[in-house]
This record gives sequence, structure tokens and C-alpha cells, in this order.
Amino acid sequence: MMRTITLFTLIALLPAPGFAAGGGVKLMHADVDLGDKESLQRGAATFVNYCMGCHSASYMRYNRIGKDLGISDDVLESNFIFNPEDKVGDTMEIAMRKSDAENIYFAVNPPDLSVIARSRGADWLYTYFMTFYKDESRPMGVNNLVFKDVGMPHVLWQKQGMQAPVYEMVRTADGGEKKVITGLEQISRGSQSTEEYQQTVRDLVNFLVYLGEPAQLKRKTVGFWVLFYLIVLLLPVVYLLKKEYWRDIH
Amino acid sequence: MEKVTQALNGLLGWVDDRFPLSKMWNEHLARYYAPKNFNFWYFFGSLALFVLVIQIVTGIWLTMNYKPSAEHAFASVEYIMRDVEWGWWMRYMHSTGASAFFIVIYLHMFRALLYGSYKKPRELLWLTGMIIYFTLMGEAFFGYLLPWGQMSYWGAQVIISLFGALPWIGDDLALLIRGDFVVSDVTLNRFFSLHVIALPLVLCGLVAAHILALHEVGSNNPDGIEIKKNKDANGVPLDGIPFHPYYTVKDIVGVVVFLIFFCAVVFFAPEMGGYFLEHANFIPADPLKTPEHIAPVWYFTPFYAILRAVPNQLGGVIAMGASTVLFMFLPWLDRSPVKSIRYRGRKYKTALALFVISFITLGYLGMQPATPTFTWIARFFSVIYFAFFLLMPFYTRTDDDKPVPERVR
Repeated sequence: MMRTITLFTLIALLPAPGFAAGGGVKLMHADVDLGDKESLQRGAATFVNYCMGCHSASYMRYNRIGKDLGISDDVLESNFIFNPEDKVGDTMEIAMRKSDAENIYFAVNPPDLSVIARSRGADWLYTYFMTFYKDESRPMGVNNLVFKDVGMPHVLWQKQGMQAPVYEMVRTADGGEKKVITGLEQISRGSQSTEEYQQTVRDLVNFLVYLGEPAQLKRKTVGFWVLFYLIVLLLPVVYLLKKEYWRDIH
Repeated sequence: MEKVTQALNGLLGWVDDRFPLSKMWNEHLARYYAPKNFNFWYFFGSLALFVLVIQIVTGIWLTMNYKPSAEHAFASVEYIMRDVEWGWWMRYMHSTGASAFFIVIYLHMFRALLYGSYKKPRELLWLTGMIIYFTLMGEAFFGYLLPWGQMSYWGAQVIISLFGALPWIGDDLALLIRGDFVVSDVTLNRFFSLHVIALPLVLCGLVAAHILALHEVGSNNPDGIEIKKNKDANGVPLDGIPFHPYYTVKDIVGVVVFLIFFCAVVFFAPEMGGYFLEHANFIPADPLKTPEHIAPVWYFTPFYAILRAVPNQLGGVIAMGASTVLFMFLPWLDRSPVKSIRYRGRKYKTALALFVISFITLGYLGMQPATPTFTWIARFFSVIYFAFFLLMPFYTRTDDDKPVPERVR
């Protein structure tokens, strides 16, 4: 019985509570790889060029990205920092005032993106960037499958092109009929092919995951040596010590 | 060499004339006789002490860089995670340590249920332990507000509002806890103070009392037999062995095995899939935006499920309070002459198994949204949970207990 109880305790701790999925849409798989430095660099470029017009990453410093992703200070200054007053050691702030964002442009304040990957999850972000669609009823002309009535424009539309929803009529529980979106179709071509765009988004999400926790590049390496020390070196020593002391106890 | 030993002995003698150093060493370690038959479940006492040390040490370092203000708290945690050397390590040790503390304490308490460790003469040992547990719940609750994420904020809002449900004093009490009409900067400051000074001091004092109480009555063991009943000519229990060196070297093995699991989480899964660090807590606290789904961290969810299972709010609060306080009455609810589960009858074994299943199921339900089906399941298991305690005098008195041997195996 004891074993069973212990097992129950462990099982109860195992399954993960998922990230909140948006509107019941099945999330696509982001398949990010933090070991892929070139992907992270491309993602960083997309981030500063397309996201940082409106979104800050206030907890992150430019030169931390430089250090982690192998980008020199000169390249940071010429290609990543657009405000001439900012130094490489500064955090990634933006020029837009919060009040302007809220009152003039978007009706909401674009959130800081430093830890967005930790609250949303990589798969959600990937699906989000893949499922913008044309919706003339919205102020920005677009809507999103996982973020209903999103206030953000489809910033990457020139790369992806525009998609339109495919509708289907389904019966509701009370006998009426309802229009639901069953998929998206391409209605105009962008500058990138579907595969190229998927890679662009994957790179960007990869970078956002890194941005959420820069220490994770180092964390697992340190962890490997910590566990190596504990399991290979320390455990046998303390176990044999215990055994030696306990030899005379029966 | 001989001269050095002589000098050291002289120094020890000098100290012993002025402070009971050797006396304390002997009473609590070298001549504290513990039963020789401790098993797996007996690691968790020393592990709890070890986790307490981890929490205090990492807490000291986190406090050096954390800023307890509504404006800067969230950012200062990210500052620790990014700009402070090894700050991420301190933070993950502390956040993982919080969950580890509860895992260790729950297993430590479960050990008492298995082997009847709360029974006479260990009632006060059990009560000091329970007060430690309640203090720990407070410590965890206050600490959870500090990162100032959405779950910190709204979790605190929900829990404090529970106090508001009490009749007569409720509203004033909630106001007193918050120091404001909503959870705010004022609340954060006082929770910080309670988390880093008040409750840790209380915890350390209680832990000392807990260990003193243990060493006064002596440890129970998996057989539930009092080893003090069988002593040799020198008054040393026949089935006892000196805590030091036997259990010190054994507990070190426990600590290393614990560290292997602990570090695996710290370095490879610090969020533990959203159980130890919740995803929603990476969104800064926003008093104007209530999250869709508010759930406490896993270690509170069994009680949270009981709270939600009762349709009436005040009734729910009372039920939740009772579900924790009832543990304190175990020494008097349990009428069995037998301590250990090894010699208990079928009734207690069944009751304990049902209790564990309800505790885990309620813990799961407390994390899920309260759908009608889930609420009914929670009600069902809440009844079993309470029945375990309230029917205990009856089923333990009439149980078919086995005879207990004279000496430990």
C-alpha cells in the first residue's frame, strides 16, 4: 500500500497545467531551438525592426543580447539601437509614450515583451503570428484566431501576405445556425513563401523565449555539472560513509 | 600533537564551565538515542530543516536586490533574474524551495499518520509541528505576493477577501490585513515585512521548540514501540543508537538524494510546468484586470477545493479552516491502542487510503475551474476528508488491531 501511496503522490505532481489556449484553437507547434544561435540572431533582428516600434523589453539590456548571441557592440549600435541617446548597456525602451499608445493609436498599451514567452508560451506566440486574418470590422483591418479582437495590426503582413477566414455554418445547441471559422486561406502573396514565413516566425518566437529568460542558455549547462557532482562524486561517498558507520547495527 | 589536544581540551573545559556546550552536544546529538529502525519516511524531518536553511540563505540574498514597492517589485525580480550575478539561481532555489518545503512537510506529516507519531506522549510535539505548518502557510502566502505578478495580486485579493466573509469583524479584518481598500503598495510592504522578518523568526523559534519537544519524549519509529521501555544497565535504550554519528551520516545521504531531485528542478524545470511558477504570474499585477482563472499554488489547492465545494461563502471559509485545524485534534480523535500502521486493523488502513485519495483529488480539483461536475466531485471527497477525522474515534476504537511485539524489528 505504501508504494501505491507514494506513486499516487508522484503522479499527482506530474501532469502540467497548460498555458491558457485562445478560443479553443488548436495551437501549432513552435519547435524552437535555443541552441540555434543564427536563428536567435535573426529573431533579434525581426524583434528590433518590427516589434520595438511599439513594444519595449524594459528588463533586457542590448549588450546582454550582444554577449549571449555573439553580436558586437558596433553592430548593436548600428543595427539594433535606433535612439541615438541609448547606449549598449541600456535597457530596451521605446520612444512611444504610454498615454499616446492608449489614447491615440491602439486604445490599449502595447505590453512590455521581456517575459511574454513565459506567460503565453512559445506555441501560443507561434500560432498568434501565423493566424492573423483580414477583418474589415476591426480598426486595424485584421483579427486573430488565438487573440480575438486583438488591438495590434498584422505587423508582418508584408512578409506573410494576407489571409482570409473560411467560414462554415454549424448548428448550435438551441437549434439555430452559427458561422464559425474553420480555417484560413491566402488571399494575397507576401514577400516570403509560406516556409520562409514560418521560419521567420520560428526565429522570432525563439528569440522571445530566450528574451523571457536569458539565463536558460547557461542554466542547463551548470545544472548538468551540478547533477554530475551530486550523483557521480558525492552520492557514492556519503553512501559508503553511512554503510561503514552502520556495519555494527543489526 | 598531544599538546594541541591538551590545549583544545583545556579550551573546551573553559567553555563548558561557562556554557553548556558539551552538555548540549550530548543531549541532542551524541547521547540522544534514536530508534535503530528508522525507514524512508524518517528522512523528512531533517530535510525540512535543510530546506528551511536553503530558504533563509537564498532569501537573504534575494532581499539584497528585491524592491518591495508596487512600482518596482516586478522589475526588481527580473533584475535579479538578468543583471544580478547568479541571481536566477538564488531566485529558482527560493521558488523551488517553497514547493519543496511543502512536499517535505506533507510527507513528514503523512509519516505521523502512518506510524501514529502524534499519539501519547507526543501530543505537544504534534501541536508544535502543526503550528509550524500554519506559520509556513502564512509565510508562503505572504511571500507569494512579492513578485507582484497577476496571480500574486489576485490570489492575495481572493484569500484576503475570505477573511472579509467572517461575520461582524470581517470587513475590518480584511482592511487591517491589506492596510488599504484594495491590495496595494501598502499591502506589499507589510507582506514583505511579515515574510522576511516576522514569520521567519517565529518559524525558527517554533522549530527549536519542536526539536526540544522531540528530544524530551524521544522519537517514535515505524513499529510504534517505545524504545525507552527496554533499557540496559546504563539506562540506554536497547533498540536505540546515538543520533550522532549514526543518523547524521544517514541523513546526509538523504540530503544528497534530496539535492539531486531539487537541483534537477532548479536547473532543468524551474517552472515545473506551471506548478511551481505559474505562467500568469509573469504578467505584472494589474488591479484593473481580473484574470479569467485564479488558482492558488498547488500546496493550498486541497483546502481551496473544500472552500469552493461549500455553496455558502461563510460556510466555505469555516470548512476550509476546519479542514486544516482538524489535524490538531488527531491525538485525541485516535482511540486505537496501537500506533503503527503495521499493527493497525483494516478500518484505519482503509480510512487512511481514502483520506490520501481525497487529499490528492481535492488538490487537483482546486487547480481546475469549478465546473458543476468538478464541484460535485469536490463535495464528495470533502465529505470523505472530514469523515476521516470526525469518524476516527469510532473506527479506531473498534478496529481489529494486531498485537504489538515487545521490541522493534
